[in-house]
Amino acid sequence: MDGIHDLGGVQGFGAVEVERDEPTFHADWERRAFRLTMAAMMGGLLAGRFRHAIERMDPAWYLSSPYYEHWLTATATGAVEAGVLSEAELDQRLGRTFALARPIRAPVLAEPGTSSARHRHGLGSAVRVREWHPLGHTRAPRYVQGKRGTVVRLDGVFSVPDVEYHCTGRRTEPTYSVCFEATELWGEAGDPVHVDLWESYLEAPDG
Amino acid sequence: MAESSQPHRHHSPTTPVEERVEALEALLIEKGVLDPAAIDAVIEHYEHRIGPMNGAKVVARAWSDPDYRARLLKDGTAAIAELGFGGPEGNHMVVLENTPQIHNAVVCTLCSCYPWPVLGLPPNWYKSPPYRARMVREPRVVLAEMGCHVPADVEIRVWDSSAEVRYLVLPERPEGTDGHTEEDLAALVTRDSMIGVARL
Repeated sequence: MDGIHDLGGVQGFGAVEVERDEPTFHADWERRAFRLTMAAMMGGLLAGRFRHAIERMDPAWYLSSPYYEHWLTATATGAVEAGVLSEAELDQRLGRTFALARPIRAPVLAEPGTSSARHRHGLGSAVRVREWHPLGHTRAPRYVQGKRGTVVRLDGVFSVPDVEYHCTGRRTEPTYSVCFEATELWGEAGDPVHVDLWESYLEAPDG
Repeated sequence: MAESSQPHRHHSPTTPVEERVEALEALLIEKGVLDPAAIDAVIEHYEHRIGPMNGAKVVARAWSDPDYRARLLKDGTAAIAELGFGGPEGNHMVVLENTPQIHNAVVCTLCSCYPWPVLGLPPNWYKSPPYRARMVREPRVVLAEMGCHVPADVEIRVWDSSAEVRYLVLPERPEGTDGHTEEDLAALVTRDSMIGVARL
């Protein structure tokens, strides 16, 4: 989805604020949010749910809340969607409405599609990223969609997140690191950016 | 569930976050998902046992041992495992070598991907919208603002960790460190130099 989380290249933000001698957790609630999320992950409760739940937070809320509030919200949302708890139980325990991420809008995929294990593009190949705006989860950042780049590294074969998040089955594909020139991304000279992409995100450059 | 009957279900909550943590934690304990006694050791590991001191040992070894350096650049995961580091968010490591002509820097524009076993959990700025938005678009400006001045004739290569690979930057060995032991060298290596937002 073209969500608020997909921030690469978005303009309007100010300086990066660096905190000196930053602690791992800033408050006990952050540690507890981390802990309950790790427990839910280790229990298999969030498989295929966690990142997409964060992405479905209301955009204004996403930008204005601390990082571990994203984790808390995604874990609560994922637990409800996994059927481990209900919204009513959360509300009752809290004493008022427990805020969650917005519902999944992407349809459930009946079939994961065909897996592949061999890289179709070689080192140095010219590729273009598919222009593609699914309602569901994807790891193809918006700022490279439709853009031409060059394969600079062949990586491993991994489960395609776009499928994993919306299907009971899994599809595995080779992954790549692709280099994009600044002129291609932003229309002006600058330093190149490398993005890691699954094979089905890529197509022939002049296809 | 209809949103009209649940006005705050999908918006910014009015309840303090601490109360929401408490409510969810209590329910997950009741459901048997969360066992605090069992998981506290795991949390202790993430809070105290992993961190940039691990990455610093990897860098210091690479500076001291050319064979190790070659192995590290060829197969980062295996070479890092030689020093005993690995695990979640570190199972597919690629090490990026800085040279007099190239400065590497790492970002995760979509979320917060970061090499936990060698750097620990990421700092807030790495996860913040300004870094994620601007680092791919104007890296030289962002780095300069962060106090990292990359000479004009050095190419900056930005790496967006958007799939399964996690990156560690191998900074250049500072001059005047010829007689240093590995331990001395490790003490010079900062977290930020291994993300690529500082030069040593």
